[in-house]
Amino acid sequence: MTALAKLFRTTAFKLVLGLLAVFVLAAGLGLAFVVWESGRVIQAQSARMVDAETANLAERYRLGGFLGMAEAISERAAQPGSFLYLLTAPNGEVLTGNVGTLPTDVLAKHGTREVQYTRLGANQGPTPALVRVERLPNGSRLLVGRDLSERARFAEILVSTMLGGLALVVLVALVGGAILARRVLVRMDAVTATSRTIMAGDLSGRLPVSGSGDEFDRLATATNDMLERIGELMEGLRQVTDDVAHDLKTPITRLRNQAEEALRSAKTEEEYRATLDRVIEESDGMIRTFNTMLLIARSESGAARQSMSALDAAELVESIAELYEPAAEEAGLSLVVRTSPGLTVHGNRELIGQALVNLVENALKYGVLDGGTDKTVELAVEEAGDRLRFLVADHGPGISEADRARVLERFVRLETSRTRPGSGLGLSLADAIARLHGGTLELNDNNPGLRVTMDLPRERSETAR
Amino acid sequence: MYEAPMRILLVEDDREAAAYLVKALREAGHVPDHAVDGEDGLAQADSNPYDVLVVDRMLPRLDGLTLIGRLRAEGNRTPALILSALGQVDDRVAGLRAGGDDYLTKPYAFSELLARIEALGRRSAPNSADTVYRTGDLELDRLAHKVTRGGAEIVLQPREFRLLEYLMRHAGQVVTRTMLLENVWDYHFDPQTNVIDVHISRLRSKIDKGFEAPILHTIRGAGYMIRDGAR
Repeated sequence: MTALAKLFRTTAFKLVLGLLAVFVLAAGLGLAFVVWESGRVIQAQSARMVDAETANLAERYRLGGFLGMAEAISERAAQPGSFLYLLTAPNGEVLTGNVGTLPTDVLAKHGTREVQYTRLGANQGPTPALVRVERLPNGSRLLVGRDLSERARFAEILVSTMLGGLALVVLVALVGGAILARRVLVRMDAVTATSRTIMAGDLSGRLPVSGSGDEFDRLATATNDMLERIGELMEGLRQVTDDVAHDLKTPITRLRNQAEEALRSAKTEEEYRATLDRVIEESDGMIRTFNTMLLIARSESGAARQSMSALDAAELVESIAELYEPAAEEAGLSLVVRTSPGLTVHGNRELIGQALVNLVENALKYGVLDGGTDKTVELAVEEAGDRLRFLVADHGPGISEADRARVLERFVRLETSRTRPGSGLGLSLADAIARLHGGTLELNDNNPGLRVTMDLPRERSETAR
Repeated sequence: MYEAPMRILLVEDDREAAAYLVKALREAGHVPDHAVDGEDGLAQADSNPYDVLVVDRMLPRLDGLTLIGRLRAEGNRTPALILSALGQVDDRVAGLRAGGDDYLTKPYAFSELLARIEALGRRSAPNSADTVYRTGDLELDRLAHKVTRGGAEIVLQPREFRLLEYLMRHAGQVVTRTMLLENVWDYHFDPQTNVIDVHISRLRSKIDKGFEAPILHTIRGAGYMIRDGAR
């Protein structure tokens, strides 16, 4: 597409063309009206002048008789001017006047009408005239008229002037339209070019904002915000992919090593079986990690939001406490539960349950301090303004302030926990679930120990965004 | 232990997976048939009396949920287990709503699948309506909420009672940890640690302690089973 064709195809240019068409049509209609109206005025004025002249000649007739009038007519006809005169005898013979030819039956009827005539001595074709025919008492006929070619000339001047003006208007409009269209086009081209680079994979590109605050700026700003968000999501996705690659490679390598080792050195069936058992165990762990990552991704995408309903937070906390109470006892800890009835949260039971389970399992795993005396793990749900606060607090070594933000990231496992089983995803998942519900997950010092609070909105209307 | 072999229809389009499952189910003492797509599965389920259907969710020609929906519309109530790669909350709810009786996410352990198939097959067995379950000298009265062994009453917590009730309803069958979590606790989420094992060992200390023959057995790599040890 050539640059010019592109220009003509812009919306701005098409708008200019459309407006121009409307304007030309309106001007044409106006012009036609002016021409018609001016013709009518000229004709009316001519009729009045013809009437006055006829009355004047009639006066002559009354004062000077037929001959006096004929004399006056001869005199006036000889002068240059727009008046036409013709006096005929009763037998139709032309007595005097300045009319050369006339349509034949004009003199037969009296009254005012428009006719085509030729002036006496003129060498051009018939021209229009307004004539009035009177029958005189002696039977002769008097024709008084006025040339109307002035009317046509006037219309011609009007039309040619107006057309010239219109041509100027059209020219200016086209040039102006093209300039306008070019301005729009330049900005749109910038947007298109940026979009192309973004599509080509460079997500850092942003649409130009001129700062004028016009609609283009607003569009560009909104699009830039959207790009920003997409960039964040892409970054998150990249992070996950990297994490997956990194964290699944380790167990896969382990799996492979075990199989290899068995092939090389196992001799008895029991040895093979033991290896296969370990392989299955290892794959189960990987599947679990995978499921957790999917769950995090799903929570972060917000897809589970439609499967939320009002759920009894106290019941959920109590049932989790009941499930974990024997495990806590086995770990040498005691679970202290605090709830009150009527605490309802809008959410997904399985996701919130999973988050709490992760927190409780962490507390049971890490909640013992060597030589510590307080062996309780607190599990509670309480009101906190317009939110519900789920609380899991232990008296273990806790997490240092510097590490607290870090442990919410995927696959982060603190050095102290490396030797324990776990995927490093538990807190990330709990955090993602809290955010999915429009809530927050916070890690604090329990002096000593870790105190995790998960605040979730209470009512549906507060979670609706 | 499985007195009558079950007729099982496996509707699965992945031939390799199907071949493995057919072989493993046969080794477990059952009679499996295989259908390669939804239409085929519907035709076979219509013409043969099966004890359990195992239906992959994503099938060529007719997807698993539609297949089960059609069977249910025809009045066919054969228990159906849905196998799916989709394991999220809503997916499972959709599967159960379509008329499935159980939902298992791929990949799964065969022991888990087998345990669930056997639990489904026995679901229609008359003993699920019994008010008193008996295994050996262990008795559980569902109405009176009373458990006795050898005539002596055993006091159980409400949750322990429900745990034992579920195990005894499926006496002679392997019950997996996830089955217990889903059916006794109504949890479909995944605890990483051995919470269920601790509950089982508590229950075991109440019903088996002091008796010569244990009734509550651990099946390695699979789960648990209530079985009369004297037999």
